[in-house]
Amino acid sequence: MGYLASMRIWRGNSADGQLEEHKVEVGDGEVVLDVIHRLQATQTPDLAVRWNCKAGKCGSCSVEINGKPRLMCMTRMNTFAEDETVTVTPLRAFPVIKDLVTDVSFNYQKAREIPAFKGPENLKPGEYRMAQVDVQRSQEFRKCIECFLCQDTCHVIRDHEENKPQFAGPRFFIRIAELDMHPLDQLNRTKAAQEEHGLGMCNITKCCTDVCPEHIKITDNAIIPMKERVVDKKYDPLVWLGNTISRRKSD
Amino acid sequence: MAEFERHEYDVLIIGAGGAGLRAAIEARASGLRTAIICKSLFGKAHTVMAEGGIAASMGNVNSKDNWMVHFRDTMRGGKFQNNWRMAELHAKESPDRVWELETYGALFDRTPEGKISQRNFGGHEYPRLAHVGDRTGLELIRTMQQKIVSLQQEDFAETGDYESKIKVFAELTITEILKTDGKVSGALGYWRESGEFVVFEAPAVVLATGGIGKSFKVTSNSWEGTGDGHALALKAGGNLMHMEFIQFHPTGMVWPLSVKGILVTESVRGDGGVLRNSEGRRFMFDYIPPVFVKQYADTEAEADGWYTDPENNRRPPELLPRDEVARAINTEVKAGRGSPHGGVFLDVSTRLSPEVIKARLPSMWHQFKELADVDITKQAMEVGPTCHYVMGGVQVDPDTGAATGVPGLFAAGEVAGGMHGSNRLGGNSLSDLLVFGRRAGMGASEYVAGLGSKPALAQSDIDSAIATAVAPFNGASKENAYAVHYELQQMMNDLVGIIRVGAEMTQAIEKLDAMKARAKNVSVTGDRLFNPGWHIALDLMNMLVVSEAIAKSALEREESRGGHTRDDFPTMDPKWRAIHVITSWDGSKVSTKRESLPPMPNELASLFDIEELKKYLLPEELAQLAVGGN
Repeated sequence: MGYLASMRIWRGNSADGQLEEHKVEVGDGEVVLDVIHRLQATQTPDLAVRWNCKAGKCGSCSVEINGKPRLMCMTRMNTFAEDETVTVTPLRAFPVIKDLVTDVSFNYQKAREIPAFKGPENLKPGEYRMAQVDVQRSQEFRKCIECFLCQDTCHVIRDHEENKPQFAGPRFFIRIAELDMHPLDQLNRTKAAQEEHGLGMCNITKCCTDVCPEHIKITDNAIIPMKERVVDKKYDPLVWLGNTISRRKSD
Repeated sequence: MAEFERHEYDVLIIGAGGAGLRAAIEARASGLRTAIICKSLFGKAHTVMAEGGIAASMGNVNSKDNWMVHFRDTMRGGKFQNNWRMAELHAKESPDRVWELETYGALFDRTPEGKISQRNFGGHEYPRLAHVGDRTGLELIRTMQQKIVSLQQEDFAETGDYESKIKVFAELTITEILKTDGKVSGALGYWRESGEFVVFEAPAVVLATGGIGKSFKVTSNSWEGTGDGHALALKAGGNLMHMEFIQFHPTGMVWPLSVKGILVTESVRGDGGVLRNSEGRRFMFDYIPPVFVKQYADTEAEADGWYTDPENNRRPPELLPRDEVARAINTEVKAGRGSPHGGVFLDVSTRLSPEVIKARLPSMWHQFKELADVDITKQAMEVGPTCHYVMGGVQVDPDTGAATGVPGLFAAGEVAGGMHGSNRLGGNSLSDLLVFGRRAGMGASEYVAGLGSKPALAQSDIDSAIATAVAPFNGASKENAYAVHYELQQMMNDLVGIIRVGAEMTQAIEKLDAMKARAKNVSVTGDRLFNPGWHIALDLMNMLVVSEAIAKSALEREESRGGHTRDDFPTMDPKWRAIHVITSWDGSKVSTKRESLPPMPNELASLFDIEELKKYLLPEELAQLAVGGN
């Protein structure tokens, strides 16, 4: 075993809660989730935490570590100094259920509001033909593990509950983009992205891209191309201005 | 009387991985109101961890492939212990199940002609695995999840309610299957979040709960792999079969300790990764068993040639079935030729360029970089065996998934037994989920349609199921469930692990008895609101029952075959091929018996060379076959 770490963990429920300090042993090569598990097994058996694969593939163990949205299973303890207090709090954009577990049902509601893939009716199963270069663009977005860190960090909804009804959030912008770029999808999706899912509310600060554990270029590869396609169809002064300014900057 | 919610459905599907979701699609298609139970959030099931691909003989990369070759490979991989009917259905139907996924929106990697690309894998004669890089499981689970949502959208358009035909109950655990007059009548569960109880009234229950890895210390399985479905089936009066066959995947991470057991996909070897010991020797050439000498290369030159010219070279021995590779690594490490952290070296950097590695194995690159500080484009990985998959499971009817002995109970996927025999080939799991998930959904639908009236739930059964579930809050001792679980995992690894001996297993069975007694007295603190201490106390009961079934089945089978290796009976014995070890629950303990299966029909047996059959079958079995000596 290595050393005793100071962990500050948020404990509580939907009504109230507070940060609790614990000293926990940390072993070589361990991640935050290992330390949380050791805490559960030795000091706080009823500490609520959501996790699953412990390999960065399922996106269950999303929390905020020292204020930054992260996966606990992919955050190594050696990224902190041994005398540094590590603070673990629940995702701020979603209501707390208990301790580190939040109610993420918002995301499942939004998922239902996006029309599903609609394949061509004249092709039978087995007859789909698509080029690798064409599927690759959508495949990038299908790497999404639905950890919802992008949703958590997005300032449109992070502290603005009132925006939630009309804003699907970055996770679902890449879902729409994925379907829009699918070589065989039959629906036109950009108008709905703008008018029903709140694409226009995004002002491309790239916070979502920064926190994505799969390194999906959410802003550059999904949101901006969709905004441009919206502009093609419908004049949008904000986007026009944004594009003009950013072009001038990069020149 | 305890309080609970009550829901009525036509079919209750326990498990929301590939098999459960495919069963749900089929049940709804038959007009059944369907409930899906998910222990985690929707879309997080362990299917997501599958990496390499889905085996289906579409023949997109090598047109010689067809269901007969796939069937043959599957039977060979399972050392002929498989339920041949399941292997036949699986080989015939998996291409349709994969093509169907594309109509749901799945985006597989493509061949130059735009078809679904297929990759090589251990034990498969031709490139057969449809894949998306090394994240195929994620693609499968997301595709199925999105298909379920699309069906809910259709239902919303028709009825104004997304959940009128399919409802997903996320973060809910089932503790007991309820029966009335010998037939399934429903189940009891609790919301993990609130701890509140939920009673489901349903005449049909499909188990799709996955595996049992959490009984072992080193495992690739997540916390969910606690054998819930295996235990539920046993306690409902069903049988388990083949529980001695556990797949130790040859390549799990061994370092750092905190990620020990996490899977390193077989695609690393399929795409050219080689295994070396501390002396730098490609040791797999020393471990080609006699039954496989015809198919595998015996020199490095031939093995290397296979990647570019498979017509004129035999396969590298790194691609032997998983049981063979796992045992070889185990032997090398025991002989003192292991890597610094007790594994062996797996190196893909010498054969592939960094760009190709990152394109074909992106999540492996990411996983090693972030968790172990190892750059696999430059360095070798350290790997060793990890408990990955249980071949054993609920004894079912191959065509319908109906569990033997329990009307109304069905099982599909990893929780069902028989399909993979003594060892599963990589890639055959995802296809298994789809083929038999669909069949169990159909089986349950036909069963419900044929049922006169739905069996009524008895209040007394509900009350007693609730009393059992809350018992840990009144535990007599200060016993900690985490501590018992830790001991169980260590014990199973040490005494019923990859290499087994009779005396050690007898000892394991005694220890399990003592642990069962301790587990009954586990006490839980706090209340029922999202309380992991309580959850593990309940899961522990399942893990103990499953471990008992494994240990007793393993003690019964006095030979070595596939995922069951005995030091005291080191060879495969054709006498045991015809014998299937069945376990059942008598109210307090697991008991075993032996059964045989109907013999393989001639049309399937004739797919094999007679010389090959002689290695597996008894002379009297061969005599019954009219195989034309080809």
